[in-house]
Order: sequence, then C-alpha cells, then structure tokens
Amino acid sequence: MEPALQLKNITVQYGGFTALDHVDLNIERHTTLGLVGESGSGKSTLARVIAGLIAPDEGEIGLGSQPLKKKRSREQHKNVQMIFQNPDASLNPKHSIRQILSEALLFHRIVERRQVEQRCKELLERVHIEEGALDRYPYEFSGGQRQRIAIARALSVEPSLLIADEPTSALDVSVQRSVLELFHTLKEELNLTMLFISHDLGVIHAISDNVAVMRQGRVIEVNSKSKFFVRPETDYSRELLSAVPRIPTSSRSGGSYEQRI
Amino acid sequence: MNSIQIDSPRPMGGRKISVASRVWNTPSLLVGGLMFAVLIGLAVFIPFISPYQPSEQNLSAFLQHPSAEHWLGTDQLGRDLFTRLIYAARTDLKIMVLAEIIPFCTGVFLGMLAGYYGKWLNTLISLLTDTLIAFPFYLIVIIVAFASGAGERGIYITFMLVGWIVFARVVKGLSASFREQEWVASAQTLGLPGVRIILRHLLPNVLPQAIVVLMTDMIGLLVAIVTLGYLGIGITPPTPDWGTMIADGRSFITTAWWLSAVPGLAVVYTGIALSLVGDGLADLWRKK
Repeated sequence: MEPALQLKNITVQYGGFTALDHVDLNIERHTTLGLVGESGSGKSTLARVIAGLIAPDEGEIGLGSQPLKKKRSREQHKNVQMIFQNPDASLNPKHSIRQILSEALLFHRIVERRQVEQRCKELLERVHIEEGALDRYPYEFSGGQRQRIAIARALSVEPSLLIADEPTSALDVSVQRSVLELFHTLKEELNLTMLFISHDLGVIHAISDNVAVMRQGRVIEVNSKSKFFVRPETDYSRELLSAVPRIPTSSRSGGSYEQRI
Repeated sequence: MNSIQIDSPRPMGGRKISVASRVWNTPSLLVGGLMFAVLIGLAVFIPFISPYQPSEQNLSAFLQHPSAEHWLGTDQLGRDLFTRLIYAARTDLKIMVLAEIIPFCTGVFLGMLAGYYGKWLNTLISLLTDTLIAFPFYLIVIIVAFASGAGERGIYITFMLVGWIVFARVVKGLSASFREQEWVASAQTLGLPGVRIILRHLLPNVLPQAIVVLMTDMIGLLVAIVTLGYLGIGITPPTPDWGTMIADGRSFITTAWWLSAVPGLAVVYTGIALSLVGDGLADLWRKK
C-alpha cells in the first residue's frame, strides 16, 4: 500500500537561509509520525509546506496517489488539515464557534445546510465541549478548550492527513494531558493519519507510532517508536533523549532520578 | 491513558454582559453619543422647532442680540441665527457623512488587499498613498475644489481622491499583522479563497479600528468643509453652512462677535462629540 504522504527532496529557502534541505519523508496510512527536533530545525516549516501554506522551492509532495502542487484543488485542501501551536491565535476572535465550525462544513459541502447545526453539535461532543458553546466566542474559553475547538474544526472536513504543530506546547501540563488524551482517542476512533510535532519527547512517546528527527533542515532519522526510544540510530537522537529531564524518585534523597519517559 | 477531567469545559451558564450594559459602562461613548444625538435631533426637527426659514430676511431686524424671539440673535440680513445654525448643521453633517462613505470603503478594501497579499500590491498601494500624502492636504483640497467648481460636488470629488488614504494606511498595517495570525493560516489551510478570507475573516477584525479612525477623520473632514466654505470655495450661498456663516460674521466681529463665534463653537461641539464617540467605541471594543 502506498504511503498516505510522500515528501521527496523538499527544499525551502528564506533568502540565503535553508529552512528545509532536501527532505524525504513518508507517513504510512493510519499511523502517527512524531516529528522532533530542536527549535529552528524546520519542523514547523515542513508542516506548513505540507499544509500548503508555504510553497517549496524544490521537491514533490504526494498525498496518496495525488501530487500536491502549489495551487491545490478544494478537495486537496480539505484532505490536509492543521492544528496550530497557539490556541489563543488559532480561532478568529470575531467568529462564534458556530461560524468557525459551519464555515468549514459548508465550504467543503461536507453536509447539507440543514444538517450543519447537528453536525456542529456532534463535532463539539467529540471533543468534549458542550453544545451550548456554539453561540459563544473564542475569548470565552480556556486555552485547552480552544485547542479542542481547533481540533473539531480540523476534523470537521474529514481530512486524510492531520498535522498537529506542537498543539500542547502552549498549554499547562494538566491541560496538555487531557488534550493528548483526546488526540489518542480520536486517533483510535477515526483511524487518523497524523503528523504530530512536538519538542516534548514524552508527548511524542505517548502519541506516535513512528518518530522522525529533524536537525538543521534535514531529516536525520526515521524509526519506529520502540526502536527510537530504545536504540536511536544517530548521536543527535541519543543526545535528544539524554537531555530529557528526569523526575526525582524521592523528595528526601534529592539526588536519585528516573527517566521521565 | 487514564481518563482525566482537569480540562473539563467551563460552565456555560455564566452571565453574559449585554451590549447595553457595556455601552452604559463607557461614559465617553454615552456623553459623545448624547451630544451628537442632540445635534442630529435638532437638525431633523428644526422645521418644527423654529418658526423661521434659514434664508428668510428681515432687514428691519438685523444684527439683533439674542432674545426670546431670536435665541441667538439675527445676522446682518435679519436672518434668525439659531435657525441658520441648525440648517447649516444639516448641510455640513450630511456632506461630512456622504463624503466619507466612498473613501472609507475604498480605503478599508485597498488596505486589506495590500496588507493581506503584500508583495507588489502592497508596493503599489504604498506608493500611491505615500505620493498623495507628500502633498499638503489643504493644497490638494483647494486645487481640486477650484478645478471642479465650488459646491457640494467639488467637496465629494476632493475627498474621494484623498480621503481613502488614512483608512488604507491604518487597515494595511492591521491586515499585515493579522495575516500572520494562525486563524488566517487555518482559513488558508481550509482552502478558502483570498477574497473570502479578506471579507469574512479580516474585515470583522479591522472594522472596529477603522471605525474609530473614521470618527477622528470625520472631524478633520468637517473642519475642511467649514474651511472651504470660509474661503468661498465650499458650499455656495444662500445654502446655510458653518464656514460661510463664520466668513459672513467677520465684518461684524467687533459689534456682533457671536455671528462668527456661534458657528465656530458648533464645529468645536461636533468635533468633541465625534471624538468622544470614537474614544468610546475604542474603549468598548477593547473591553471585549
């Protein structure tokens, strides 16, 4: 079976700076690829290239059997959806939740106009938000709730690939956990194909099937989760894993730590 | 993973602050709105308030002091000053509003185009605004008013040519900053066309600020209308206008100073009202 997403030789340059340097990457259907790497390694640029927000200078993107060109069809746009890092900025502050969800449904003709209301309620239910939220505005919700609404919007058009660009990094730890749990549930229920970007290796461990590591615009390792976390192939991956903070096993001992992941 | 309810939704039954309540708690908007409403009310109902016509002359009662019969006295032709003042408000406020409609719409739309698309469109619109802004405003106003002839038409043409610049500059900056927001990227990821993103996503976000600028710009426009009238290239007599009233009163400044002072104060009053409304609207939208 062909991969859900194929990237071949993707290069993006900003002036003289090479943000992505001949990136090759595949995502298998119904799997989650965790993408890790330090800040500035090109993770978000790669996500934006796949989502069609940045046109690559070189390379090809294939979604299933279809090539994704610079100018995408409505159907191709529908098939790749993205969830952004900052829940405070990812929902239009002047649109109600009803407008936010129904716009996607109507534009892509996912349901008939008379079914939009019902579908919006179902989407909110799926992300554990009360249906009374439909007439409210983004500023009336917490960061975690906004991120759930952003997830509902992304899922509303039934994409074949979901990109989550550090969706939990702007949330506090407790809220991170519940959003992660939601991703986990959705992944299993909807059989999603996902590219999940995070700095946090704990998060990547919790959500991914495979892991790709980026450094200085290049993908330097792609491995299954189990191999990556046990026997990483590159020195840089080992460095990343060793940099994960450890939690003290005993508050009295003060010196004994265990791996967080 | 274990179930966790830490991020359970906030209760939805919380008391929402109504628009009326928010307006009530914005004193500048209330005071400004009330001042402006009084002026509009007088302008609308002046035929029922005053027994005089604005151009009705009575040469036997010229330059009278304020009295019960003539609340603000009479001018050199015996016309009732209060009646003329309010009819002049009708003229000037009507022109002020009508002359702003096209520049406002044009400026906001061009500003959004330039801010959202950037690149050559931004360069072109910036070049146009920078070129027009390099000329002194009143120089352009006077040249165009002379070329197109005195009267309302000249004022409309003048402001259609130069009035949009202020809106385009403000909205361009706002749109350029909104373009970087993730909610715009979300709309782009959905595949929404650029024009739809501009009209349905950017417009509601830039409009509040543009309306605040509109209020300030209206004051400038009113002063320009009055100045043109004062210089004799604006509203032509016998139509009452605050500018021509100030000019007509100049010859009697030592004997009947109120002939010039009263229309001048009317301009100041309107300016304060609009300014308070603008500040109030800005406060109101900031509170949300």
